[in-house]
Amino acid sequence: MFLIKNLFLFISLMTTFSLANAGWLDLNMTEGVTDISQEVFGLHMLILWICVVIGVIVFGAMFWSILMHRKSKGVTPATFHESTSLEFLWTIVPFVILIGMAVPATKTLIKMYDHSDSEIHIKITGYQWLWQYEYLNTDVSFYSKLSTPYNEIYNKETKNVNYLQEVDKQLIVPINKKIRFLLTSNDVLHAWWVPDLALKKDAIPGYINEMSVVINEPGIYRGRCAELCGRHHGFMPIVIKAVEEKEYEEWLANANKVKSSDVAKINK
Amino acid sequence: MSSVVKDTHHDEHPSGIMRWITTTNHKDIGTLYLWFAMIMFFIGGLMALVIRSELFQPGLQFVDPQFFNSMTTMHALVMIFGVVMPAFTGLANWMIPIMVGGPDMALPRMNNWSFWIMPFAFSMLLSTLWMDGGAPAGGWTLYPPLSLQTGDAFPFLIFAIHFMGLSSIMGAINIVATILNMRAPGMTLMKMPLFVWTWLITAFLLIAVMPVLAGGVTMLLTDKYFGTSFFNAAGGGDPVMFQHIFWFFGHPEVYILILPSFGVVSAIIPTFARKPLFGYASMVYATASIAFLSFIVWAHHMFTVGMPLAGEVFFMFATMLIAVPTGVKVFNWVTTMWKGAMTFETPMLFAIGFIVMFTIGGFSGLMLAITPADFQYHDTYFVVAHFHYVLVPGSIFAIMAACYFWLPKWTGNMYPETLGKVHFWLSTFFVNLTFFPMHFVGLAGMPRRIPDYSLQFADYNMIASIGAFGFGFAQIIFLYIIIKTIKGGSKATDQVWEGAEGLEWTLPSPPPYHSFSTPPVIK
Repeated sequence: MFLIKNLFLFISLMTTFSLANAGWLDLNMTEGVTDISQEVFGLHMLILWICVVIGVIVFGAMFWSILMHRKSKGVTPATFHESTSLEFLWTIVPFVILIGMAVPATKTLIKMYDHSDSEIHIKITGYQWLWQYEYLNTDVSFYSKLSTPYNEIYNKETKNVNYLQEVDKQLIVPINKKIRFLLTSNDVLHAWWVPDLALKKDAIPGYINEMSVVINEPGIYRGRCAELCGRHHGFMPIVIKAVEEKEYEEWLANANKVKSSDVAKINK
Repeated sequence: MSSVVKDTHHDEHPSGIMRWITTTNHKDIGTLYLWFAMIMFFIGGLMALVIRSELFQPGLQFVDPQFFNSMTTMHALVMIFGVVMPAFTGLANWMIPIMVGGPDMALPRMNNWSFWIMPFAFSMLLSTLWMDGGAPAGGWTLYPPLSLQTGDAFPFLIFAIHFMGLSSIMGAINIVATILNMRAPGMTLMKMPLFVWTWLITAFLLIAVMPVLAGGVTMLLTDKYFGTSFFNAAGGGDPVMFQHIFWFFGHPEVYILILPSFGVVSAIIPTFARKPLFGYASMVYATASIAFLSFIVWAHHMFTVGMPLAGEVFFMFATMLIAVPTGVKVFNWVTTMWKGAMTFETPMLFAIGFIVMFTIGGFSGLMLAITPADFQYHDTYFVVAHFHYVLVPGSIFAIMAACYFWLPKWTGNMYPETLGKVHFWLSTFFVNLTFFPMHFVGLAGMPRRIPDYSLQFADYNMIASIGAFGFGFAQIIFLYIIIKTIKGGSKATDQVWEGAEGLEWTLPSPPPYHSFSTPPVIK
């Protein structure tokens, strides 16, 4: 346990270091903007560093052996070929380390499965190849699909910075409120994934999957479909805009008006 | 006198193409399997290069997204069923009868059949590339409902899988029958080389799970053509049930792809360390434990389908447990090397490369087992990096190590050592250049199976594509070495390697057409 505590300390130090160095972040998982996503990041770094430490020990022993125990050095090979205590030791020690990983992982998982006290409920339906968002208990509902022009995809125009991760209509949600997503599909399997929220779940026809999130910071978060869903699987991004609660309420109240004014415009 | 006449009669065989079509000889069939795997390796490799060409830069350049999906699907099917499995079956055919001191495989005629089904299965599978609606593009996992959107290729795909399964099951039955019945007197189970042990366990896995796959794909077939609704929610079926069936096959399958490599490496490391294998018994038990665990971890491929919490926790714990026996194996190999007197011929290089890079794949596997983190890794390039690390510098390196290790025995000629080392170092450099950056793009958020990606993933994809082409071209050296060694070279001794132990090294190089007509004496 002492070892694990030290590792946690080491990890938090490494995390601070990595934050100071922005280039490194491109190589690593996002820390995200929810408490849970930060826990997930912590777990990821914990396991990664445990693996690095084990790797250094095992590969260190191996390369030492490769350097020192070679025939060209004139060594005579030893003949030992078993040691019950050693074999027992390296069965038990990994087992203990695994428990050290399993405990925090299970705790986080239990939190991820707690959807109680959700205040906002949004139903997401996957289609080949777009998403539908329905704000339950309101009459706000819309489709959201890729808005990157074909000319950029087919290399006829310069690609903009949000190439393949921009949509015609963003999902607007408030910060600091528990949002529950209900997820299903109308055709094949899809998976709704936003890395910054540490949310990923399959959209399955005939099933309604649940996930929930409390977003801590306002901002635009981009994700994508993560389950192969056919020809345009790579072209169905997700964009979420998290805003202050007041702004969200205003948007929600006007969401349908915006829609009808659009219709009015078309009718002109 | 009569026995002598009989023996020479048995040594006769038709020449030319008929020798290979009618053969019931374990060495001929082993050779056929290995050449088949080699051809498929280059076909599957070309598909990988199509994928990597398209992913070289963001934007769509070379192929239609649908064809891209066909390439990822077919690349997986070809590499799994057409390369790694036949290559290991080929090694089993060549080596198991010799290693247990028997004359041939227990069921030679079935052996012929189990090989000759394969070219038909793969002709059928590859012919779908020219069909209306294109080759299967729903991923090798064949998840419905998407896989049911396949065009004319669908029944060909299903029957090809049936044939491959048939071939594997027959091959596996033959291997079990050989190991249990053909051992020389005194060759007790716990004296068998580990390659034989790992294959015995692999064969049982094959017999257990190939019928499950056959059942699953048959249900897909009836869903598409006969109006059933096994996996159709609208008809009262369940699309997730297919995933459970598939991965109940699929997880043992991935151990089918790796356990024989453990056997190969366990033969090579002691030979070149000139020191007996450390912890033989614990190696056997670890292999058996891994095989057992493989049946109770399948749903870790499905952490995001929305299983109940208890299910997620169970499959997380069970999956993490696999690290224990796998760790035991790695520790045993390292301890075998410890205080040995090592030399580093090509097979040893590939075996050491295997241990290092397979362990890296094992580490990422452990990370993937952690359910909350898996929500971020699932279906990203992190997973692609993980399974390619265990399959390419894992299984494929072990197969190459085995080829270099036993090629002098098979052909009677030594391979060109320097060229072998060049092949190893090029392969190792490029395999890492290809697959290591995939960890980064995966963690940064790039999903797998996409033909185009947003700009932040561009640099590492370009590096991976360069690596893939380098790795591909390095394999031409491998092909050249094999052909050159078959044609000639300095003569190999019976012992071949200074530290080699086991029955195969007591036979001449190349061994006689029938291995042990009289049982050898086992020490």
